[in-house]
Formats: sequence, structure tokens, C-alpha cells
Amino acid sequence: MTEAAGKEKRKKSGRWREWSARSQSLLRFIRDFNSRNSLAMPLFLTGAMFAAIIGSICIGPYPMSIFRAGHIVFNLSLPWPLPGDLPWPLKELTVIQVIRLPRVLLATVAGIGLGLSGTALQGMMRNPLVGPDLVGVSSGAAMGGVLAIMMDWSPATVVCLAFIGGLAAMGGTFWLAGAAGKSDGIGLVVSGIFVGAFCLSCVGLGVFLANDGQLHNIVFWLLGTMIHATPETVWLVGIPTLVGGAVLMLLRWRLNLLSLGNVDAFALGVQTKGLRLGVITIVSLIIAAQVSVTGIIGWVGLVIPHLGRMLVGPDHRKLLPASACLGGLFVLLIDDFTRVILRSDVPTGVLTALIGTPFICYLFWKKQTKGWSSD
Amino acid sequence: MSTGDFIFTGLGHAYLKDNWIFRNYRGEAVRGQVLALLGPNGSGKTTLLKILLGALTPSEGSVNIQGQVAFVPQLFQVAFDYTALDMVLMGRAKKVGLFSQPTPADEEAAINALERMGIGHMAYRPFHEMSGGQRQLVIFARALVAEADILILDEPTSALDLKNQNGILEWIDRLARRENLTVIFSTHHPHHAYAVADQALLMLGENDFESGPVGDVLTEKNLLQLYGLPLKRLTFDYEDLNVETLVPVFRNCKRRKAN
Repeated sequence: MTEAAGKEKRKKSGRWREWSARSQSLLRFIRDFNSRNSLAMPLFLTGAMFAAIIGSICIGPYPMSIFRAGHIVFNLSLPWPLPGDLPWPLKELTVIQVIRLPRVLLATVAGIGLGLSGTALQGMMRNPLVGPDLVGVSSGAAMGGVLAIMMDWSPATVVCLAFIGGLAAMGGTFWLAGAAGKSDGIGLVVSGIFVGAFCLSCVGLGVFLANDGQLHNIVFWLLGTMIHATPETVWLVGIPTLVGGAVLMLLRWRLNLLSLGNVDAFALGVQTKGLRLGVITIVSLIIAAQVSVTGIIGWVGLVIPHLGRMLVGPDHRKLLPASACLGGLFVLLIDDFTRVILRSDVPTGVLTALIGTPFICYLFWKKQTKGWSSD
Repeated sequence: MSTGDFIFTGLGHAYLKDNWIFRNYRGEAVRGQVLALLGPNGSGKTTLLKILLGALTPSEGSVNIQGQVAFVPQLFQVAFDYTALDMVLMGRAKKVGLFSQPTPADEEAAINALERMGIGHMAYRPFHEMSGGQRQLVIFARALVAEADILILDEPTSALDLKNQNGILEWIDRLARRENLTVIFSTHHPHHAYAVADQALLMLGENDFESGPVGDVLTEKNLLQLYGLPLKRLTFDYEDLNVETLVPVFRNCKRRKAN
């Protein structure tokens, strides 16, 4: 290596170190600020998510002003229509009612569900590398969905069968763990891996046997997409996510206790077995509903909790709400990117993986140097 | 029996059928006393502690514990970087409802407990960044905030230097004598048991144990049987103290001195 090249390399390495130190001090400042003002970060993230929802409704191939979009959404949210003629063209109403609002809401609730599920599972399993797809539900839902596509059944049946597949996989996971006498956290995850592997084998068989038309549908659906957004599918994902999310929110401090491990949590008076089972059931329902509509959107449930820990620290009382908002924001922005900038339906799962993998690689590098706890 | 007392009789446990780790063990202590468990590696100390804690059901025998129990595990590691205050606050788990969050009063109790342990100024310091001795004090504070009557410690001095070992032993002594807690701890150091414990249980084998006051149990004969290594009971004066302790004799090591 020449002296000039060496100098240049050292300069670059110095810049990288400087950038890394700056980003660390910024994160430390945010965490300190957050510990002094406990409401600031939740309010900021919630505000950012709602701002993103409103912005996302306005943007697209057919842009419209925030006032017009807000007016239409307000009218749609009323239980009865306003009297008289509509003050906006039918085209604008259709764009919002049929296309944008369901899609934006679907992306947001799917992201919220993934953020919540990933955070709850990582806390419960004491493992920052656990994602919601580990409990086998995603693969089970994928198996159900692929079966429906193979049978050329209607999109509504795909959703139903995927949901049933997800729940069946969850049941299989619990049964296997119970039969092996290991119905605690790790036992459930190991059973989930086995059940998931079986379901993915069935998916593989389906892909092999499918004709060209079916194959396109299967691949698109498996990679995760928001194109199936309708008011009905929004409800299908939204209700389990919001109800399950509300219960997880109430249990959020208990996740701190579970993250201490079985013996220690038990010694503190926590009924660890029942609590773990409850959390896994809620997470499974949320994920089954989400995968049944959007397909598998990977990496969000793994990456978002880390991002949340960087901003608000590891205490689940703050982390869980932060992860919900960050998850919703992340998936919504990714979907906006495909819809508005790429102007094509690149599967959402592909983009989340493209962003998620470098991020987790960065965290892995940091773990080698400073440990996961330094998130 | 009153609150803080405990007794176990005929206690036995086997993880596999007829593969007993220990059987017919008996031990007791009353409030404000310290009980030390001594035994070689694999003798079942941690299993016995788990049984006393209620985390494991014994294969046979009975345990009668009066009052709340708190546990300080060995080599305490947490998966996430909680602050010392977060850790202590977790001691309030029994007082906070399943779907509730800790109140400001719980936080105040946690800060008070940290202050009682002399580390109130470290309340917001990440647990990972604390030394081994400081971490043990945080876990002691968690036991205080839980308002426990009985404290169970699994080898509390195992990973600490001499200074911190001394600090932890002083705290065990203080928690028993001043805070009136009953303390049960397992250890590989007979001289630690000799320094702070009132009662001792030597886990000599599957059906073999010695239990009773420290002076009667920690004899040279029993310790030789326990460790296969002679330990000498020494008494000497140090400043204004009359010290009685146990010293291991490493007979075959380099710096022995023949007569």
C-alpha cells in the first residue's frame, strides 16, 4: 500500500470514528433528555406517526391538499354522511376511501403490530435476536395462504386460510412444547422453529407445484405487500393489533420482570409460566392477523426494538409504546417509498429486509465491540 | 413459628428417578439468623436454594417458610441495560398489580432502599456499568424494597475480589443483625460461613449432612470430609480483636515448609 493510500485510509477511518462518536453522543443526549422528560419522546413519536399518516394520505400519483384530504377523512369517519352534495369530486373521494386510507392504515397497524410483537418477544425471551416469526405463526399463515392461492380461491379466502394457518401453527407450537414438557419461553421458541420449518417445507412444495400465474401470486404475497388493503382487511389486522396491543401495554412493566429470567422473576413473585403463555398467545394472534393480509414482512419485529432501545432505553414501560410508534412509522414510510417514489409495487418485505439487514449488521458489529446492552 | 423463621425436614430431590442429589436433609433458622450452606461443586446447593425459594418442588420432605422470600442469584447478568433504579423497582413486583405500573411511591421506596445500601447516588447508573460488588448491593436493595423477611443468596462472593467479599459479608451481617432479616447463603468459603453465619449445613453426600450451630458443625474433621482437604481452625489476636477463623492447608503446593 502506498503512503498516500494509507493516509487516505486512516483519514476515512478517523472520519468514521468521529461520526460514530457523534452519533453515540447524540443518542446519549436523546436518552438523557428522555429520562428527564418522560412524556417528551412518546408524544414526539406519536405525533410523528400521525403526521406521517396524514402526509401519506395526501401524497401519491394523485396529490391533494392536506385540508381536502382531512375534510374527506373527517367525513368518512362520521357514522352518517353529510347532507347535500359532496363538496369534492367523486374521484378524490374514491382515491382516499378505496385506495389510500386503507393502505396507509394497513401499513401503520401492521408496523405497530410488528414493533409490539418483536419488543415483547425479545424482552420475554431475554434475547435481542428474537423476532416474531420465530414462534412459527408467520410460516403457518404463509402455508395457509399458499394453499388458498394454489386452489385458486378468492383473495378473501386467502386471508381467511392464512389466518387459520397461523392459528393452527400457534396451536401446534403450544401442543409440541406441552408434549415435550417444555412449555416455558425457550421450549415454545424451539417448538415454533420446528413447526415453522414444517410449514415452510409445505410452502416450498406449493411453490414447486404452482403454475406460472399462481407462482407470481405466491411469491408476491410471501414477500410482503400492502396491495390487499381494503377496509375489511384493515379491520382484520387492526382489531387483534389494537386489542392485543392494549393488553401488552398494560403488561409492559411485567416484561421487565420476565427479562430477568425464570428463577429471578419467580422469586420476585411473577407467575412466569402463565405470563409467558399469555404474551406468546397475544403476539401469535397479532402476527397471524398481519401475515394473513400483508404476507411476511421480515426484519421489522427484529430491528425496531433495537431502534427503540437506542432512543428511550430498555425499560419496557417506555420501550413498548416507542416500538409501536416506530414500527408503524417505519412500515408506513417504506410503503410510501414504494408507492410514491418507486411508483411500483415492490414488495414491502423486500425493502424492510434491505434496510433491516445492514442495520442488524451494524448492531452485530457494535455487539462485538461494546455488547448489546450498549444499544 | 413466627415470620422470618424457616425449617425443612426430610428434604430430598432427584432430577431423574432414584438418582438422588440429597435425601433426608434437615435445617432451620429463626428470624435474624444467618444460615450458610457448604458443599463441593455438584452437591446440590443451588437445587436446595431453589427448593427453599419455591421455584422447585422437592421430590420428598417438607419446607416450612414463614414470610416473604427474596433471592439474590449467582453472577447476576441482565439481558438489557436497565438502570440500578429500574432493577430495584422490580422488587415491588408483588405490590404492583398484574396490569398496573409502579407508582411514584414505589420509585421513592426504591431510591430509599438504594440510599440505605449507600449507593443512592448511583440510582440512574446503568447496571452493566457497575462493579460486581455494587451490583450485589443493588440486588440487596431490591430485597429490601420487596420488604422480604428471608433473603436467599446463591454464592454471593464467588466472583468478587477480597475487598468486595468483605463488603458483602458485612452487609449480610448488617441485614441479619440490624434489618432483622433471615439470610441463607451458599458458599465455597468455610471462613466466610465462620465469619457471619449462626447456623451451617454441610452437604457431605446423598444421605450425609451435618446441620447446626456453626461452631459445632464447621469442625476440622467435618471439613476434611467435605473437601478432602485439611482446614485448620486458628485463634489469634489482631489489634483489639480475638479472631477465630479457618485456614485451608494446601499440603502439596510449592511453598510448603517441612519441619
